[in-house]
Amino acid sequence: MTALAETVWVELCPLESIAREQGVAALLPDGTQVAVFRTHDDAVYALGNQDPFSGAWVLSRGILGDIAGVPVVASPMHKQHFDLRTGVCVDDETVSVPTYPVRVVDATILLGQT
Amino acid sequence: MARTLVVVGNGMVGHRLVQALRDRDAAGAWRVVVFAEEARPAYDRVALTSYVDTWNPLALQLDGAEFDGDDRVELNLGDAVVGIDRQARTVTTASGRVQAYDTLALATGSAPFVPPVKGSDLPGCHVYRTIDDLDAIRDTAERARTGLGRGAAMVVGGGLLGLEAAKALRDMGLSPHVVEFAPRLMPLQVDEGGGALLKRLIEELDVTVHAGTTATVIEEDRGRLIAKLTNGVELDLDLVVFSAGIRPRDQLARAAGLTVGERGGIVVDSGCRTSDPHVYAIGECANLDGKVYGLVAPGYAMAEIVADRILGGAATFPGADMSTKLKLMGVDVASFGDAHATEEGALEVVFNDAVKGTYRKLVVSNDAKTLLGGILVGDANDYATLRPMVGRPLPGDPGALLAPAGGSGGGVGVGALPDEAQICSCNAVSKGDISEAIVVGGCDDVTKLKACTKAGTSCGSCVPMLKQLLTVCGVEQSKALCEHFDQSRAELFEIVRVTGITTFSDLIGKHGSGRGCDICKPAVASILASLGNGHILAGEQASLQDTNDRFLANIQRNGTYSVVPRIPGGEITPEKLMVIAQVAQDYGLYTKITGGQRIDLFGATVDQLPGIWKRLVDAGFESGHAYGKALRTVKSCVGSTWCRYGVQDSVGLAVELELRYRGLRSPHKLKSAVSGCARECAEARGKDFGVIATENGWNLYVGGNGGMMPRHADLLVSEVDKETLLKVIDRFLMFYIRTADRLQRTSTWLDAMEGGLDHLRDVVVEDSLGLCAELEAQMAEHVKGYADEWAGVLADPEKLARFTSFVNAPGTPDPTITFREERGQRVPVLLGTPEVIAR
Repeated sequence: MTALAETVWVELCPLESIAREQGVAALLPDGTQVAVFRTHDDAVYALGNQDPFSGAWVLSRGILGDIAGVPVVASPMHKQHFDLRTGVCVDDETVSVPTYPVRVVDATILLGQT
Repeated sequence: MARTLVVVGNGMVGHRLVQALRDRDAAGAWRVVVFAEEARPAYDRVALTSYVDTWNPLALQLDGAEFDGDDRVELNLGDAVVGIDRQARTVTTASGRVQAYDTLALATGSAPFVPPVKGSDLPGCHVYRTIDDLDAIRDTAERARTGLGRGAAMVVGGGLLGLEAAKALRDMGLSPHVVEFAPRLMPLQVDEGGGALLKRLIEELDVTVHAGTTATVIEEDRGRLIAKLTNGVELDLDLVVFSAGIRPRDQLARAAGLTVGERGGIVVDSGCRTSDPHVYAIGECANLDGKVYGLVAPGYAMAEIVADRILGGAATFPGADMSTKLKLMGVDVASFGDAHATEEGALEVVFNDAVKGTYRKLVVSNDAKTLLGGILVGDANDYATLRPMVGRPLPGDPGALLAPAGGSGGGVGVGALPDEAQICSCNAVSKGDISEAIVVGGCDDVTKLKACTKAGTSCGSCVPMLKQLLTVCGVEQSKALCEHFDQSRAELFEIVRVTGITTFSDLIGKHGSGRGCDICKPAVASILASLGNGHILAGEQASLQDTNDRFLANIQRNGTYSVVPRIPGGEITPEKLMVIAQVAQDYGLYTKITGGQRIDLFGATVDQLPGIWKRLVDAGFESGHAYGKALRTVKSCVGSTWCRYGVQDSVGLAVELELRYRGLRSPHKLKSAVSGCARECAEARGKDFGVIATENGWNLYVGGNGGMMPRHADLLVSEVDKETLLKVIDRFLMFYIRTADRLQRTSTWLDAMEGGLDHLRDVVVEDSLGLCAELEAQMAEHVKGYADEWAGVLADPEKLARFTSFVNAPGTPDPTITFREERGQRVPVLLGTPEVIAR
């Protein structure tokens, strides 16, 4: 039997550190930047923080909302929208940003790393 | 080799010919040589009277008048043609130049007719035709002003131009007397009934009308002039302006042996060709079918015909629409079609309301089924709908069309018109042309229609019809803000104002759908802020803000921010300059002077912003709102305090305006400037609201813009005192904030406004909607409630806590932000984009 790689859950911050319908950036030990968002229903999503169009590490500072029912963040640079669930750019589906598994346990946000 | 067209004359019509030919001659088969008598490029002579508002000739210059960058056009200013040799096909100019032509176009225009009055050549007697004429009139008027009391002027001629001249003289501070030989004003356009009302309305505006009489002699008397009228009246005057009609300038053509009409004018056929097949004549110098046309629209039509003919076409003159609509000193006058009921059996239907001050007449065929023409005085709103119906079957009882029910032409819409009906008579654009541009050309708003068809670009009276046509053609002009709100921004503003809703969640829950987006959230945040709802980062509001408002700084390409402290009026002490310098040095910020007379500090990271602002606020600075859709700066020149030309304290006023309106959130950014004299060093006419000092007060200009679509601001009120000025600006800004679309600057807001500047003036100066007290009160609330946003952040630990780069590593700088050095300062290292985008 081959052992599957286990997901390691890393504590990021208390849920309360993110106001509803806003995002924050987190820095992982390997230097990766993750944008973590909390939506109106207290769902939490994590995407790569780099805006693939401008190259700036700013997605966490975008406005949250929905486009045709899809939860999105709009890049603060040039307003392209990214699906919070998949990382796919709604305006140009050939472009996407990485997504990260994320969960809330005891009001603390945990980020999954494999 | 290209052939040569020589154009004699560079007025509006001559200029249109060159433009039309250059637009159509894609192959470059022709080069054009233009000779102009006047030393300035072509200008808008129709708007000549507005020169008095600014005394800036450039404001009148026509678009593209200098043909910069077009090597096919040679423009010779100040060198009139003095002779034509038709055998050799050359012209000779005043400077002695001989220029050969293949085709010659005469666009020499007309000269003012000066009636044979003894003394008409005395100093102080003027004509009203060119910018130079107005400069000369101004000189005389200024000399008159230095005398005792108010000066007086006589205008000979009570037609359209005469009344324009009277307005200009009144604006120069003189008391005008208009002397008209016919028994009423504007005899060509209005009938006796309309003329009587017009006289009454004009006299209410301090213009004395002497109709049915004429001046017999003008004499000099102790430095002034005395005019004697045939009715026995003697007028004591400082100056006289003759505007009693025009005479075609056909002398060149006469000398060259071309056929001229009995009463003047170069005779042309329906293709605008003179008796010499190589020579055309267009505009006011041409005589077509025995008529000389003194309006610009037929002149433009002739220019287009000649451009077409030169390139091998066969266009002919379609006949001229002599319809006129104008606003003289605020009085509407319109006349269209057979206004005087000259057609046999024509019937007149008149509605004369002496109480309201409106006179309306329709002329219909003897079976009352076809509209032939009409006259509107006092209220000409229905002109746009009625004029295109001339010659068409009436949709109903003519009396019903005149009923003053809301001014919409009695319910007659543009849909009832046939395709040939001309919608824009200035540029000869038919309903069919416009429909095609909408349906085939894909124009889906008025701006695109204007660009594509030129309709609505001259007098603008047909713009409401363009909107109706868009609707008729099925273009839904959606006003929905975004997918979450069906309402326009203006409607949402009213909802928030009337219901007192204070949160986005409440608004979208009750009046929208979904969760919102990057369009509606900042728009609603701005509305909430305009109506005063505390700090823009308080509670839920923080989640609505774009990143600039969210961090109270301007995001730059590498994710850092720039910082702009307010420097009201651009005035700053050396001590404060040193604080800025020290902060910039300590944080390694790139510094640059902005166009708005302040200092921008670049390269701050999110976590540095509070520290930077702590030091700035401690030194007495406050937010400059460079990041907000809000008032930015009020620029100023140095004004009368230092400048030897300044006539008012422009810096003082700029500081006062900037402090009054600082922090005011609006649909888009707001810029302003104050100039201390007419030299306009602060460039106030390029601003949303600009103020220019005069010796007697302040002139307020609104709707200006620089940037991609430059627009000179329009004069809203002139020579007012400071109290009045502030009142009008309060109302203007609040009216804009209430009614504009999201991200619509004042310039496009004003352009899109039905009724344009006149309507705006009615609302914010004349208070036609009874709104002014409310608008002023709202501004008073804003002024009272202002608090510095950055001081608010620094005093609130919860807000401060949001200024960290990483939630799990506060204090750690963002490792992706790096700098290099350029010209002695730090600038960002360009960021690579991730591979995923490389397709």
